[in-house]
Amino acid sequence: MIRSELIQKLADENPHLYQRDVERIVNTVFEEITDTMARGDRVELRGFGAFSVKKRDARIGRNPRTGESVPVEEKHVPFFKTGKLLRDRLNGK
Amino acid sequence: MTEKTLTRMDLSEAVFREVGLSRNESAELVENILTHLSDALVAGEQVKISSFGTFSVRDKAARVGRNPKTGQEVPIKPRRVLTFRPSHLMKDRVAEGNKR
Repeated sequence: MIRSELIQKLADENPHLYQRDVERIVNTVFEEITDTMARGDRVELRGFGAFSVKKRDARIGRNPRTGESVPVEEKHVPFFKTGKLLRDRLNGK
Repeated sequence: MTEKTLTRMDLSEAVFREVGLSRNESAELVENILTHLSDALVAGEQVKISSFGTFSVRDKAARVGRNPKTGQEVPIKPRRVLTFRPSHLMKDRVAEGNKR
């Protein structure tokens, strides 16, 4: 499923809404999640999962081609942990 | 800085502000989005949201695990797990926003 298919499903279920409003709703939800993580906060959606930010410490990396050592700065990466209900559903429970 | 946790309520509040539906209907739509995502994944589909990321379901083989406390071997059954791969855009925004 891709973004446009999700929008289509919601539009079909909500014939009283304009397609462009459904698009805005879907975009707002994903935007809000990204914005929240960009601020360093987390989003917890019980039953589905939680989006959070993990810190990766600075380290000495290596150029795999030349074997040369290069310093890699500390950075923050997005992380998703599946919720219990969804994990159980994936396994037919 | 203390980390804040947003919930469904905050997402539906954003929809309410942005689109101007009632609070009730905004909450319902947020819930329906999550249901559609979950249903597709449970059906074994990959979910690809451009500029956000990709959720995919992976099959894990059975293996012998170990209780780290007692050292006792326990069988782990084959199972399906969900992985999320953030888009480059999300990675960049999260890295940029959390820079000191």
